[in-house]
Amino acid sequence: MEQVHLKGHESEHETSLGIPHRKLLIWVFLASECMFFGSLIATYLVYQGKSLVGPYPHDVFSIPITSVSTFVLLVSSMSMVLAYSAISRGNIKVFRIWILSTAILGACFIGFQVFEFREFAVEGLTPRTNLFGTTFFTLTGFHGAHVTVGVIWLLSIFGFSFFKKFTSADSLSVDLVALYWHFVDVVWIVIFTVVYLIGVVEGG
Amino acid sequence: MTTLGNIINGVTRRPTGEYGIWSWLTTIDHKRIGILYGVTAFVFFLFGGTEAYIMRLQLSQSNLSLVSPELYNQLFTMHGTTMVFLVVMPFAAAFFNFVIPLMIGARDVAFPRLNAFSYWTFLGGGILLNSSWILGGAPNAGWFGYANITSLEFNSGNGIDFWIVGLVLLGTASIAAGLNFIVTILNLRAPGMTLMRMPVFVWMTLVTSFLIVLAFPVITVALIELFMDRSFGTNYFTPEKGGDPLLWQHLFWLFGHPEVYILILPAMGIVSEVLPTFSRKPLFGYSSIVLAGIAIGFMGWGVWSHHMFTVGLEAAANSFFSIATMLIAIPTGIKIFNWICTIWGGAFRPTTSALFAIGFLSLFIIGGLSGVMHAVPTSDYQQQDTYFVVAHLHYVLFGGAIMAVLSGVYYWFPKMTGKLLNETLGKINFWLIFIGMNVGFFPMHFLGMWGMPRRVYTYDAGMGFDALNLLSTIGVTILAIAIMIFIYNVFKSLRDGEVAGNDPWDGRTLEWSISSPPPHYNFATIPVVNSRDAFWESKYGTNAPIEGVSVDSADENENGHGIHMPSPSYYPLIASLGQVVMGYGFIFNYALAVIGGLITVAAVYAWSLEPATEPDHDE
Repeated sequence: MEQVHLKGHESEHETSLGIPHRKLLIWVFLASECMFFGSLIATYLVYQGKSLVGPYPHDVFSIPITSVSTFVLLVSSMSMVLAYSAISRGNIKVFRIWILSTAILGACFIGFQVFEFREFAVEGLTPRTNLFGTTFFTLTGFHGAHVTVGVIWLLSIFGFSFFKKFTSADSLSVDLVALYWHFVDVVWIVIFTVVYLIGVVEGG
Repeated sequence: MTTLGNIINGVTRRPTGEYGIWSWLTTIDHKRIGILYGVTAFVFFLFGGTEAYIMRLQLSQSNLSLVSPELYNQLFTMHGTTMVFLVVMPFAAAFFNFVIPLMIGARDVAFPRLNAFSYWTFLGGGILLNSSWILGGAPNAGWFGYANITSLEFNSGNGIDFWIVGLVLLGTASIAAGLNFIVTILNLRAPGMTLMRMPVFVWMTLVTSFLIVLAFPVITVALIELFMDRSFGTNYFTPEKGGDPLLWQHLFWLFGHPEVYILILPAMGIVSEVLPTFSRKPLFGYSSIVLAGIAIGFMGWGVWSHHMFTVGLEAAANSFFSIATMLIAIPTGIKIFNWICTIWGGAFRPTTSALFAIGFLSLFIIGGLSGVMHAVPTSDYQQQDTYFVVAHLHYVLFGGAIMAVLSGVYYWFPKMTGKLLNETLGKINFWLIFIGMNVGFFPMHFLGMWGMPRRVYTYDAGMGFDALNLLSTIGVTILAIAIMIFIYNVFKSLRDGEVAGNDPWDGRTLEWSISSPPPHYNFATIPVVNSRDAFWESKYGTNAPIEGVSVDSADENENGHGIHMPSPSYYPLIASLGQVVMGYGFIFNYALAVIGGLITVAAVYAWSLEPATEPDHDE
């Protein structure tokens, strides 16, 4: 394999704002995602307490278990920071450890979610049961899909790190996945608060 | 390195040709993509126009049965959906693509392959939507698809599924394009082009792109919810399970009203370029036009329920949305006065492009005024769902957006092709459209006030609707003739039109400083901008002329051989194809959706591993 050292199209020129194109792109993309999750959360709130039949949130939620999975996701954000810090210092070995940890923690979170969905189904809550089921599974399902995409993205970067020499452009790629990962994490904090904690307190 | 590596290289070799069909399928040149957008949008315009004309024939007399009520429902749904998503938006995208990089002194957009992906996904979405005609019936619930006439219980065909999937695909294409143009405009401006030196068209593109990026996720969520209701039996819009059909209306119009500004802001940008050029004056009140555009972008988010005055919201809500809607007339009015003041006292040249811009101005004022009329809820109660609303929306969308698009076509056609459009045919074209438009749509104001409902396939004799409906159909016939003259003009001018030269209109902005059509790298030397209307200043002003700047090694080489341009790529096309296959899969068979998803994923991996630019000597 020949090693062609190419600076990307973007790094040849100074950008007007001094921010790389891809970084500006991911910021605006996350703004777009805010509207996406904002609409899903708004739908959830509009239908909160409007279910005609059970099970209701306080019937199915297990705050201790979900707190653990939330903790797992929060810790993954920390390992993401450590991964980015390592690649910025050019320490590829440490970088690999942390980016793989982030992906594994993300996968654990997905595991918790699959377990939770199955439990709820056993207790008789499906997307068809009532408005709570409909809105809950859609909102958390799309969040889970975003985490899954993030895990695949992290694993891809982990895999590529063995096949090519990392340059400053790749450090930017890690920065991008980190921004995405933290965003997905923050969305979960909102969902955990609005859906789980308030759901149990208000008795839904 | 001879065996496996070469075989893989041979199979996956990058496209390099500059001519022929493959060069268009793999192009990532913003100018070619712009032309593709324009031509495709025009073909869909003929589709949407044909649908409209069939409806006008059906309504030309009372109690006709040219089409069945079921077909009529499909016709108005597809007409509206087509004109909004497949015509006006992609026409705007055509100008964004062709003009924006030239105006800001860039060689391409920030993400050329993403740009190609936007186009192909748009094309795929348009084809998918229109294929519903032959695959079981087109969508039939109107362009805003109110719940719950879209629910499986009342609408069991798969037309609505085509509508959902088509709009999600078109939304994906639009969001990708919006992201691309935000980054392009913010990050690829020529040295010295500060934000307040950007041409107004660039500004309006920026505002429009932000609206696209923020509004389309909202309709995507609404469409997902509708899709889940129809396909997985969820309860979003099922009243028996506590669902509220009004939720759809709120989500749709929370998208839908910013969408209205997505349609009209590019038109306002085009007119803001055309009028100063043909008045030989700088744009009057540049800053206030820019700020008014931004204000419209913000305020557009606070008016959505004026589409819903009659659904029975509280009086407080109706009052809020009524006042907010009337407030939007202020920035719009600022713009209109600025345009009039731009013409005032200028050396006005009545070219076809300028005439269309004036046409925009006069018809948009009429449409804007009737808009303020239904901003008053009590007045709106009388007008809701009548032909008065149809008249209003055609004055702002045909009289507004399409007139501005035609103005832009006559203005930039010479830059795109190197040939001028024929002015004599152009003026005939303009007057026929102007007359046909008014004869076609002005009577609808009266019909609406007299109580003729929209979206009903016929009316009884003796209601008093016959004469004006016939007049309206005659007007639309004139429009159809005018569009045919336009097509003739394009072909004739392409073949033996007058050669344009670099700067046929004595223009003000950077695109007129380079050859027509521009070379594929646009600017041999990236210009340095010292003022607003930089090219004009360099011709007549006291400021220093545009200078070259050493941006890369290309400036020693005026013919551009040293310029590294991004190379063509197959992957945007393949990724879009995967999306479309996935779309059909969601309608017919989930296994197909999985295949489409895998194609997309494979294309995305190949895309991200492919360098944007091939090295000069690939040895």
